[in-house]
Amino acid sequence: MTDTPLFSVKNLVKHFPVHGGLLQREVGRVQAVDDISFALNPQETLGMVGESGCGKSTTAKLVVRLIEPDSGRMELDGLPLSRGRAWDKDFRRRVQMVFQNSFSSLNPRMPIASSIAFAPTIHGASRTKSMQRAMELLEIVGLDPSLYGGRYPHELSGGQRQRVNIARALAVNPDLVILDEAVSALDKSVEAQVLNLLADLKRDFGLTYLFISHDLNVIKYLSDRVVVMYLGKIVESGPVEAVYGMPRHPYTRALLDSMPSVIPGKRSDHAPLTGDPPNPINPPSGCRFRTRCPHAEPVCGKAVPPLLEPIGSASQQTLAGHEVACLMHQRGSGHSQAPEGEPVREAV
Amino acid sequence: MIAFAIRRILYAIPILIGVSLFVFILIRLVPGDVVDILIPPEAPRRVAEDLRARFGLDQPVYIQYFTWLQRILMGDFGISAFNNRPVALDLFVSLGNTALIAVPAAIIGFTLGSILGTLAAFFRGSWLDTIFSSIAIAGVSLPHYWVGIVLVAIFSAGYNLLPAQGMAPGGFPTTWQQVTHLILPVATLSLIPMGVISRLVRANVLEILSQEFVPALHGKGLLNRGVLVHIIHNAAPPALALMGLQLGYLLGGSILVEAVFNWPGSGTLMQLAIFRRDIPVLSATILVLAAIFVLLNILVDIMQAYIDPRMRR
Amino acid sequence: MLQYPESPSTVPADITVQNVLKGTGYWRLVWSRLRRQPVSLVATVILLAIVFVAVFAPWLTPHNPYTTSSLNRLLPVGSEGHILGTDENGRDMVSRLMYGARLTLLAGVLPIVVGIVIGGTLGVLAGYSGGWVNTLIMRITDVFYAFPPVLLAIAITGTLGTGMGNMLIALSITFTPPLIRIAETVTTQVRTQDYVEAARISGADTASIMRHHIMNNVMGPILVYATSLISISIILAAGLSFLGLGVSAPLAEWGLMLNGLRQVVWIDPLLAAIPGVMIFITSMSFNLLSDGLRQAMDVRL
Repeated sequence: MTDTPLFSVKNLVKHFPVHGGLLQREVGRVQAVDDISFALNPQETLGMVGESGCGKSTTAKLVVRLIEPDSGRMELDGLPLSRGRAWDKDFRRRVQMVFQNSFSSLNPRMPIASSIAFAPTIHGASRTKSMQRAMELLEIVGLDPSLYGGRYPHELSGGQRQRVNIARALAVNPDLVILDEAVSALDKSVEAQVLNLLADLKRDFGLTYLFISHDLNVIKYLSDRVVVMYLGKIVESGPVEAVYGMPRHPYTRALLDSMPSVIPGKRSDHAPLTGDPPNPINPPSGCRFRTRCPHAEPVCGKAVPPLLEPIGSASQQTLAGHEVACLMHQRGSGHSQAPEGEPVREAV
Repeated sequence: MIAFAIRRILYAIPILIGVSLFVFILIRLVPGDVVDILIPPEAPRRVAEDLRARFGLDQPVYIQYFTWLQRILMGDFGISAFNNRPVALDLFVSLGNTALIAVPAAIIGFTLGSILGTLAAFFRGSWLDTIFSSIAIAGVSLPHYWVGIVLVAIFSAGYNLLPAQGMAPGGFPTTWQQVTHLILPVATLSLIPMGVISRLVRANVLEILSQEFVPALHGKGLLNRGVLVHIIHNAAPPALALMGLQLGYLLGGSILVEAVFNWPGSGTLMQLAIFRRDIPVLSATILVLAAIFVLLNILVDIMQAYIDPRMRR
Repeated sequence: MLQYPESPSTVPADITVQNVLKGTGYWRLVWSRLRRQPVSLVATVILLAIVFVAVFAPWLTPHNPYTTSSLNRLLPVGSEGHILGTDENGRDMVSRLMYGARLTLLAGVLPIVVGIVIGGTLGVLAGYSGGWVNTLIMRITDVFYAFPPVLLAIAITGTLGTGMGNMLIALSITFTPPLIRIAETVTTQVRTQDYVEAARISGADTASIMRHHIMNNVMGPILVYATSLISISIILAAGLSFLGLGVSAPLAEWGLMLNGLRQVVWIDPLLAAIPGVMIFITSMSFNLLSDGLRQAMDVRL
């Protein structure tokens, strides 16, 4: 197990200006992604979960370099990515993405085999070889190439199209695949098939996944580690058993509480989350969740809580790698529920 | 809303400047200038030069442009090279005459087109729909000046019902005699907006029908009043906007129909100016017609934004 | 370079690239759909007939279209030797109509072709670049849009002078802005689609994206719109000649013929109406073809 993560993100920031008024000047900035850091280890699945508007899709676009960050660092295999125009062909081969909308991800006027074969030809493979590879991939994702190779996207169902998209992403032998709500638009039964396909492919091809979704069940099913985002910041991260089993952050707790469950005894009486998410143009100072948090105190508004491993009492066991951005779980933070002692410095 | 209106108007100013530049360049492209028309070619050069200086034609180009623009903005459109009368007067009289046939044509075209389009949508797929849609396509493919000739052939030459040409003197029609002169030109002009609007209305009404009302319609019968009101409420704004545009096209493009009926409108004025090489009249007419079209566009945009807030970019 | 692991292919040998992709080209799909539409077929046949007549007119005309004859003026339809009669100068209608087809088709199609080349390029450029390039191109286009098309065409011919050449120039200028606009609109739509972003993620540069993804999806709507513009150009060109601003006598052009026969409407209305019928048929056929193309190119069904 190497120490270098496959892909790492440090202090990533991306704001979008908002224009308005008579002269269309900038009147504010949507703080879509605000100082987030995480790492992707080889051949693991990192789940990214959060509500709409929390910054997941922006993060996906930043990682795949469709847009450039305002500040922060990204590294592939420990090497920083070249700034400016992302013409880095090597990067463009090793990192691929599957989108949510299966139809608009495919050229409606190209047979799907050609769509799949397009990327390899960009990277220098001959047309014949690319096409052959496309056929093989179609078979791998479960579509008969003789039947489907020459078809157009509008002749396929949503699930079939998403398989094509996955085949297309795999055509260049990537190392990292970002799945941005890739199964969210599918029917449940189809979703299950595609998820299983993804799991198989990851095993067979040694892939690393960044799986973004708002569906907690799906994240739990597929992920090794998970990252919870709220309003542009990461509020909790760690192994999926830790975060789902012992959620620390009040937001994570509320999210997990609101998962519908088939177990009668697990129904809760109180509403997990109240209020509306605040405006991403003008987020609350300090901890962004404090306006909806039942445990909020004045100290929560002072500064943004750093993402740290909770140092708790011995009765509270913590799995390694489980980090929370909540003052309640940080020693000496000033919160009434925090354990006493010296504040822990954030590791640089 | 007001902000949108102001922005829209401000936005039109560079367009109008561009239009004036375009017209000015066009004038400069005409071989020869006003002086060549006024004096015989054998005249001594001194005379020609003096005249040119008097007209300001010896100034650098951009100064000529600005002086010209200045005069236009103050309402001075110059003197006709043909009959020495002030251009502005003739121009506005002609415009009035054109409006006399263009406005009713737009209204009739809009009304008939809306009815046709709605009926076509209601009877979608049936032979009625095919007929209505064919009329709509024909309306767009027919050379309207030819239709004018055909109408004259039928109603004037054939049955001697309506006058074939000209406008009865007396301005705004008050007598039946004057109205008869209007009928054929208006009918001819109304074809184009009718064709265009009926296609739009058909598409819009179909979309509305497919949204919520299909089961309700089947249950309650097609002409339920509430349904009709809803349809009108939703389909009217884009159709009205289109009518505004069509009115602009009619005002600016009436020359062909005016030629068929010898109607003394702005189109005929332009045609005569071209043949007489009367540059002041020609340039003023083009400029004014284009300006009217721009203003109409602004009005239509503002009206649309007023009705449908989504359009306020 | 992309290296694939040398594993035995899992695809059966008889499934080759060729026979899977055979007959799946997008334009072949459009063509096969077009073939099944009765209306489009009729329109295409009519247009082909007109083109045929126009090309082979010198061999097909029964008489010389320019020979005048004071004796045989205004022979009615059905006369011996002149099936559609003669015009006000005694010239044979059928021959003049055939020769008129050449000029009309030229005046209808050429400006649009010019418009597609110039306008399409500018529009795609504006749509793909965005930013100041887009603003510059579209604002200039807006100035031309400030003129109703008829007005623009007349203004240009009025200043440049009569004749086929000037008329073609005027029509080209008139029809380029609408093509710029539709090209820009469609390109902007296509550019923001996910599959273009996916292509960028795959490492494609602008040229590849243009060639494989943009052009195919943009040409369709542009072609549909252009065909409907041809029908308007035909009417406008004939209209210009009708006014005396386009082609001049003694050339045979349908609009010019209409003008010449105007007073004939009191004597023989049928004769006077014939050139207009030809204009109508040609224009309508292009319109129907445009509709048919639109349906055939739709990939959302």
